[in-house]
Amino acid sequence: MADQIVYIALLIIALSIGISMFRFVKGPSIPDRVVAFDTAGIISISVIVVLAHSFGRLIYVDVALVYGLLSFIGVLVAARYLDRGL
Amino acid sequence: MWIDWIVVILLSIGAFFMLVAAIGVVRLPDLYQRLHASTKASTLGVAFILLAVALDAREVGVVTRCVVAIVFFILTAPVGSHLIARAAIRAGEPLDKKTLSNEWPLPTPADKKETPSPEKK
Repeated sequence: MADQIVYIALLIIALSIGISMFRFVKGPSIPDRVVAFDTAGIISISVIVVLAHSFGRLIYVDVALVYGLLSFIGVLVAARYLDRGL
Repeated sequence: MWIDWIVVILLSIGAFFMLVAAIGVVRLPDLYQRLHASTKASTLGVAFILLAVALDAREVGVVTRCVVAIVFFILTAPVGSHLIARAAIRAGEPLDKKTLSNEWPLPTPADKKETPSPEKK
């Protein structure tokens, strides 16, 4: 019973990635796409964490931590590029 | 065991906040309102999910990593969204039509064209 609820939650989170990718495709300007991609990155971090829980391999939490750090650096680089060029 | 059910409830709350963040990114009319939805809801969702995994593992290493990740996300998500918003408003990203006050008085290139500013009304 608890495993089924975890799988349903995983399905909802994966659906959220698809929904925010809709804004990534549609978004009228570049900062919209940056926001949508940042949101999709954070949602995929939570997918990694739920998979670490579900598979029982807690080493994947490290992967989520490092991916969050790289996602933040990507947002910084995108904001710098939008502001005054690289 | 009752702690498994607490883990499941925390995971469900985290998934709900992730869905709220994604729907907010798609549905809200303005870049700044999209940032408002994305930053807070996704930070809260990932914090709930990491808390659930830490409560499920109950080992020192995993709990430490989860707490470090939660603190990291809470520290970095406002910084990133602030930088994106500042870059966008300097590049002249237009506000929504229903916006009542624009508290960024710098003349941006798009400000001369169509951005609604309080001086024009």
